[in-house]
Amino acid sequence: MSDLIKLTAAELGAKIAAGDVSAEEVTRAHLDRIAEVDGRVHAFLHVDDAGAVEAARAVDAQRAAGGKLGPLAGVPIAIKDVIATKGIPTTAASKILEGWRPPYDATVMTRIRDAGMVMLGKTNMDEFAMGSSTEYSAYGPTYNPWDLTRIPGGSGGGSAAAVAGYEAPLAIGTDTGGSIRQPGAVTGTVGAKPTYGGTSRYGLIAFSSSLDTPGPVARTVLDTALLHQVIAGHDPRDSTSIPLPVPDVVAAARQGATGDLTGVRVGLVKEFSGEGAEPGVMAVFRDTVEALTKLGAEVVEISCPHFQYALPAYYLIAPSECSSNLARFDSVRFGLRVGDDGRNSLEDVMSMTREAGFGDEVKRRIIIGTYALSSGYYDAYYGQAQKVRTLITRDFTSAFEKVDVLVSPTTPFTAFELGARTADPYQMYLADLYTIPTNLYGGPAISVPVGLSEGLPVGLQIMAPTMADDRMYRIAAAVESTVGTFTPPAL
Amino acid sequence: MAAISREEVAHLARLSRLAVTEQELDRFAGQLDVILQSVARVGEVAADDIPPTSHSVPLVNVLREDVVVPGLTRAEALSGAPDTAEDRFRVPQILADEE
Repeated sequence: MSDLIKLTAAELGAKIAAGDVSAEEVTRAHLDRIAEVDGRVHAFLHVDDAGAVEAARAVDAQRAAGGKLGPLAGVPIAIKDVIATKGIPTTAASKILEGWRPPYDATVMTRIRDAGMVMLGKTNMDEFAMGSSTEYSAYGPTYNPWDLTRIPGGSGGGSAAAVAGYEAPLAIGTDTGGSIRQPGAVTGTVGAKPTYGGTSRYGLIAFSSSLDTPGPVARTVLDTALLHQVIAGHDPRDSTSIPLPVPDVVAAARQGATGDLTGVRVGLVKEFSGEGAEPGVMAVFRDTVEALTKLGAEVVEISCPHFQYALPAYYLIAPSECSSNLARFDSVRFGLRVGDDGRNSLEDVMSMTREAGFGDEVKRRIIIGTYALSSGYYDAYYGQAQKVRTLITRDFTSAFEKVDVLVSPTTPFTAFELGARTADPYQMYLADLYTIPTNLYGGPAISVPVGLSEGLPVGLQIMAPTMADDRMYRIAAAVESTVGTFTPPAL
Repeated sequence: MAAISREEVAHLARLSRLAVTEQELDRFAGQLDVILQSVARVGEVAADDIPPTSHSVPLVNVLREDVVVPGLTRAEALSGAPDTAEDRFRVPQILADEE
């Protein structure tokens, strides 16, 4: 195992720019690591060895020609398989898209390439990002590098496991209800959900359009911020992209690393500080709150009375939007087609294709969404959930009049064993209890590892106001400076 | 009382163009009932006079400059199609034979 894989993205970028190591060496070290451990971790659905080496050589050539390299040029990255990558298989971990090679790049991907970063491959996930354990992937689960009998979280379990297992220093995830933060928490990695509209959805295969947000995954807060800076910013191709400058998250992470939080007001979400969470998670959370106080922060309890309705509201809004978005998988323009024998009608072929191509959780959500949007039930379900969304947003805006950020544990429980929550889908939904309110509000939130409970990582969630992404990075970096980072046992 | 019946699930699956099997209906009916009973909690909130939120970004009528930008070629647009004919997407018959 090469020592290069243990370096942070910031260190790798600096070494490559200084000529201490070539981008190709760095890339090959990570490809070797993938070959060595991914048979056991299964973080990747597709590894693009040739493309990665080619991209790395281009960076080395650019440097040799005297070109100036950016901070992440030549640094390898893993991409969640829900992001369109030109010419590279993109499946969203669904059988319905098996073999699809997009004819274009997502905006996030274009920016990553423009920064000179090297894509290693595509990571496993719950099918269409619906799930909290990566067990709903149509291509088999991903295993948590901390304990291979346990889940790596979801939906972005592949991205988190790749980073935790030193297969990549950085990864891209997408967060609709916690799919970046919850995998971060259970794998001991950092995951950030930017402000909704802060990162482009162009080329992200849509699940729930009013919630989906691409974001960075890394092992340190500074690395997360560096990647955030690369992918964020206005994109005219996404009509919900916010036309404002990106908050300076890298400067905020550097400031936070000094460990001084004097004058920062931190709100403890009262409703998320008691029942529902494992005792081990709450113990680590309480220690972290104490650490925040020692760093100079002023910690107060804040009540957000409608947060308890976020989970039910989300599981009406997200399936409703999903039932509409996934109508595009109609067996005509891309993906699978089943039953086209010259006698079956288009409608029959469509129904047979969708039956064969979608997994159980996707079908359940399409059916729930169709129900919640149907005329007799719209007001009681989808309409009411949208009103609750307003009340949750008001809880946030009123909280942010009193405090700079809100904190909670990221998840109620540490990584559970594979199979523990698949029999009852609602038990799986509870994994996102604490992460969902932020998605409904649209603000940014980050999960940073803060300790272990019975040998498994626990994450702290920091939630900030819309377009104040820098604020959560400052606090996350300060916490990291006192609790350190967490390394899984050798694979 | 169940929030949703097996027959309703079958009807919704048809509307969603999902040719679900009998076994799936057996499985889904109970699971969806648990989910719907749980999410029905949104009804506990008094929200009659609260405006709905569909989206968190306060942007309306987003327009782009009316300029030509590169798009996909015909071959690229057809590249992922399960079947094509004469440079177009080919679909199964839309009307049954007897119609």
